[in-house]
Amino acid sequence: MNDIRIVDAKKITETVRDLCIKANLCLNDDVRQALFNASLSEENQTAKKVLNLLLENAKLAEVNQLPLCQDTGMVIVFVTIGENVHVTGNISAAINEGIRVGYRKGYFRNSVIDSPLSRNNTNDNTPAVIHYDFAPGDEIKITVMPKGFGSENMGNMKMLNPADGIAGAEEFIIETVKKAGANPCPPLIVGVGLGGTMEKAALLSKQALIRAVGSPNPDPVLNELEERFLRRINQLDIGPAGYGGLTTALAVQIVSYPTHIAGFPVAVNTACHALRHRTEII
Amino acid sequence: MEIMTPFLDETIKNLRAGDNILLSGFLYTGRDAAHKRLLELAENGKKPPFDYGGQAIYYTGPCPAPPGRVIGSAGPTTSGRMDSFSPRLIKEGLRVMVGKGARGEAVTNAIKEHQGLYLAALGGAGALLSLCITESEVIAFADLGTEAIYRLTVLKMPLIVAIDSEGRSIYK
Repeated sequence: MNDIRIVDAKKITETVRDLCIKANLCLNDDVRQALFNASLSEENQTAKKVLNLLLENAKLAEVNQLPLCQDTGMVIVFVTIGENVHVTGNISAAINEGIRVGYRKGYFRNSVIDSPLSRNNTNDNTPAVIHYDFAPGDEIKITVMPKGFGSENMGNMKMLNPADGIAGAEEFIIETVKKAGANPCPPLIVGVGLGGTMEKAALLSKQALIRAVGSPNPDPVLNELEERFLRRINQLDIGPAGYGGLTTALAVQIVSYPTHIAGFPVAVNTACHALRHRTEII
Repeated sequence: MEIMTPFLDETIKNLRAGDNILLSGFLYTGRDAAHKRLLELAENGKKPPFDYGGQAIYYTGPCPAPPGRVIGSAGPTTSGRMDSFSPRLIKEGLRVMVGKGARGEAVTNAIKEHQGLYLAALGGAGALLSLCITESEVIAFADLGTEAIYRLTVLKMPLIVAIDSEGRSIYK
């Protein structure tokens, strides 16, 4: 039998705390680069100005240690646990404690409420939405993604028929972005999940957002679809902040999964230009 | 163009959708939960916590103020969620709204009918916008936390006229 590595749950708390703080204060380089590239290629002068203001906002946030956006989100956490790791303590509790401490320390907004019905603020931005997975090895990989609801509210999913095909999925994706208009704070990163089941497609569309913006999809078929969808989305003239222009999205990122003979699930998760996620391996 | 609050009839009339303005003066914050309460006050014939005359409501739920600052990040939230409340508040005398994103037909009609104005702040630029805020004070519904009504003093806050008093919109 392999040696089992012991990890103290406290280490998970500290990691989640630091990831929350970094994610909210510091725009990832890939998104920053994509905004910069768009500011150079954008032809609409208002749009160019907006893109430069967004880069300025990222700079000001970092210098002044202010969150990029006041909606510091509900936190989604992806955890991949190595099969040869044993965590002492409750992992979910440790993750939520990391959020609690990080949000207090960072002076971030508490946006989570106890129930969609009673709607009382939990006052510490917990609980998180946590997705667990397992992998060989003795490491723990944690990705923290604070997601604002201006963009989250504009996501959508549909159970298409196989006969609808990729053309049906394409129309649904474009229509979702078009309907969202200025609300999700374009330029967007459009996460797409194809296949699986209803909840799997939704999860894939969120996981799709983690890939570095500007990196090609390793699957050439999906890569071609991403490029085609992005071209169409950027012809919608929604533009940065919805004021018009060529930059409605910075990227379309697709993840696909096996599905059932009778189905073609498609989910779209829109992320704003302040796409925040940070990963660390313990 | 620089504008000071309170908004004068003349100022509102002269602004056109697409105009860039720098706003100084007061902004009263209010989003989903505060709007629900403002509507209840109106429906019960009670006075709002601030006089709507010439004032602007800013759809934001700010972050807490870090040490040495008056407020944390404070960018706009999606205005569309306030669409079911706004026509009534406009009827009560509210003239100017600040947020992000398109508004429904009923809001646009109310803006036209009562010579109002809808201004857009840059969504997701919460850090940049918070640096235009020089004072902040909770004036009502303190129990709502970030959703309380704050009176913000702003200095040269960059905004764009999104819907003007004739109902023209920058959003398609």
